[in-house]
Amino acid sequence: MKQFATLIKTLDSTNKTNLKVAALTEYFNNANEDDKLWTIAILSHRRPKRPVNTTLLRQWATEISEVPLWLFEESYHIVGDLAETIALIIPTTSNNQGISKSLSKIIAEIITLRTLPEDEKRSYLQENWLAMSYFERFVFNKIITGGFRIGVSQKLMTRALSKSTGIDEDILAYKLMGNWTPENTTYQKLILEENPEDYLSKPYPFYLAYAVEDNFQEDLGDISDWSFEHKWDGIRSQVIIRNDEVFVWSRGEELVTDKYPEFQRFLSKIPNGTVLDGEILPFGNMEIGNFNDLQTRIGRKNLSKKLLEKTPVILNAYDLLEWEGEDIRQKPFSERRKILDKLISECDCDEIGLYLSETMYFKTWEAATKERSLSREKRSEGLMLKRKDSPYLVGRKKGDWWKWKTDPFTIDGVLTYAMRGHGRRANLYTDYTFGLWDKGELVTFAKAYSGLTDAEFRQVDAWIKKNTLERFGPVRSVTPHHVFEIAFEGIAESSRHKSGVATRFPRILRWRKDKPIEEANTLEDLRVLIPK
Amino acid sequence: MPKTPLLQFNEKGIYCQQADVYIDAWRPVDKCIITHGHADHSRWGHKQYITHHNNVPIIKHRLGEITVSGKQWNETFTINGVTFSLHPAGHIVASSQVRVEFKGEVWVFTGDFKTETDGIAEPFELVKCNTFITECTFGLPAFKWTPQTEVFTEINNWWAENRAENKTSILFGYSLGKAQRLLKNLDSNIGQIYTHGAIENMTNVLRENYNFHETIRITRDTKKEELLGNIVLAPPSAHGGTWIRKMVPYVTASASGWMTFRGARRRRAIDRGFVLSDHADWDGLLNTVKETGCEKVIATHGYTDIFSRYLREEIGLDARTEKTQYEEDATSALSEQDKIDEESQ
Repeated sequence: MKQFATLIKTLDSTNKTNLKVAALTEYFNNANEDDKLWTIAILSHRRPKRPVNTTLLRQWATEISEVPLWLFEESYHIVGDLAETIALIIPTTSNNQGISKSLSKIIAEIITLRTLPEDEKRSYLQENWLAMSYFERFVFNKIITGGFRIGVSQKLMTRALSKSTGIDEDILAYKLMGNWTPENTTYQKLILEENPEDYLSKPYPFYLAYAVEDNFQEDLGDISDWSFEHKWDGIRSQVIIRNDEVFVWSRGEELVTDKYPEFQRFLSKIPNGTVLDGEILPFGNMEIGNFNDLQTRIGRKNLSKKLLEKTPVILNAYDLLEWEGEDIRQKPFSERRKILDKLISECDCDEIGLYLSETMYFKTWEAATKERSLSREKRSEGLMLKRKDSPYLVGRKKGDWWKWKTDPFTIDGVLTYAMRGHGRRANLYTDYTFGLWDKGELVTFAKAYSGLTDAEFRQVDAWIKKNTLERFGPVRSVTPHHVFEIAFEGIAESSRHKSGVATRFPRILRWRKDKPIEEANTLEDLRVLIPK
Repeated sequence: MPKTPLLQFNEKGIYCQQADVYIDAWRPVDKCIITHGHADHSRWGHKQYITHHNNVPIIKHRLGEITVSGKQWNETFTINGVTFSLHPAGHIVASSQVRVEFKGEVWVFTGDFKTETDGIAEPFELVKCNTFITECTFGLPAFKWTPQTEVFTEINNWWAENRAENKTSILFGYSLGKAQRLLKNLDSNIGQIYTHGAIENMTNVLRENYNFHETIRITRDTKKEELLGNIVLAPPSAHGGTWIRKMVPYVTASASGWMTFRGARRRRAIDRGFVLSDHADWDGLLNTVKETGCEKVIATHGYTDIFSRYLREEIGLDARTEKTQYEEDATSALSEQDKIDEESQ
């Protein structure tokens, strides 16, 4: 445990990626295999089931720290992290040496803990809290409460593991996919054993587009060199069909095959040696749905039959990277599309949930602009521009692919409530609620957490602390005084919101210091934006 | 007729009506007792300042030509029957608590204070009183300081490690107080100690009354090669500026009570956070309140509502809060002052 706590402390005390990789690599070089396996599991978001609910954790922590529960809650609002709060308020005895048990031993105990009666859970936790050093206690609590967010992505961990083992990063990434847990495998089996199938699933690095710049039309040259598509709002993915198997990779280079069982049907029509690039879209009622529908599927470990029926998905394909087992990324886009179009149009692909993202050609920018203005109706986010003769590049590159998104909706709202942030923003008021005028009152319509600079957040935070009307735990109501321009991507009627309107991805566009609150928008102004 | 309290909180500051004197006033007044040199406590524009004599050069440096009289620790001075005296608060060099006595009733205002002896500020003196007006910047049980010897071992080890990798160590602390505490406790055997102009200027003012390691001011002509392996003391406001960028390769650290929170450190994007505060921690606050023997407590700045509720509900003291203009988290005003120190070369 000491070794693991030291690792987490080191990872936590630097912002530099190469130092994090170095610390992890050293840990992987030295830790025993069981500890390594659990470390990999924790850093890839596999943790033991929570053995105790947080109410009991709070209660038991306060019992041994002479802190009344209300004071614990106040502290928690300020610290912004439960595991950290518990670690902080429990007294550290002076000659505390930490505990000698290994990480895997501690986790084995946590797993057993679930089955024990409550008083045994309590004495186990309290004894260990008191025996541990501060940072061990913090890490121990993090394992129990979950959500180990310490600025180490799975990718970074994989890189370190690759350095330590000499195994290729992409292959490790594949090995780490799926439903394994340290309880059903070993380090040897999961990481070290060779498996020829590892290579089968390998995706190509994604090619990513930049947003267009001001007056881009002049820079792009002849419009006839360009192919246009709508920019679909789903999950960018590669679907690989090789050796009678389907693999689905998301843009985060995560293998998500299990999450989209629909794509197994591709095997019936798409030949081996095919790699498709496209967008996973929700497709209930045979039409493209709202991104929110897709979100109900993203987070689920187990997909129920009901969910699959309610929110089926399709792949809207827009590129072909491998054909007949051959990497064709260097061929011009127009040629790749020709093969793709032929493949999909000839196979009755609707039946298997494979659609084509249609290409469009325009003679004038006016015509293209007109098509872009239809984006919201077509459930797209704007247009994609792809140079007809462009190869499929690696990563985000300027020049051949551009995204030309629709402008967001905007509205001016008044800051009405503020809440302390979490993590990096703990103890700063950074989570804001905004109101619009309705019959002389401000009605809440959106919350937003992003869009201001750190300096602006500090200014608003200081202002909030001096202009608080009432406090409700971590939330403060403030004097209506500041107007902010709020941007959002979508808008729909909603019975769940007091305003009757739900906005998608609201964020702060600007602080309108020039506007008095009387000039903020009304709820009616917002309602007229709802698509009919 | 209800008796007028010995000290009141009005729109200008903490006021003693009987003596017509303010303490740490935030608006210009005729006569003001100053607890210490931080900008939120020693403001500009009073006609007459009274403070500890070691604080005189500090506030003169910051406020320019002012009329000021310096007092010794425990020296009493009486104004219209009210007896005042200054007692070490241990917060920073020359920081005082103010004891106010009238007709046998004693009030103490702490200004800012800490109970741990730091090797440079005159050690905190416990003063018995009836009413205790206290700061509670770190008035939450989450704040518990480790002894500074341990923290300085960590800091010096950090510096030595960076030196071994031939990197420049940049350590942030306010130009008045924290910087000198760091300077006093750094191990000068490890390497040279360089200073940002704001810190160099303030430290030079203090050298009159205190001993410090030798320091080297960083100027435009300082070569980044000569900094490698050495340590640079800089005010927090220097973080992220061009001043720092030319020192690559460097490692940054901050020494502050706020470094208790992982979030606070990540927000500032610094490599290392050392928990080292010039304020009392939770236990320090509670023990001090108890040991003063006071019947009444007034919390002025920090987590005032939480702290006074604890005193009322858990300890049974008559505790309340008063609004002041001392900074809630003491960062913005002090950073501003760091900039001013830099310019007043």
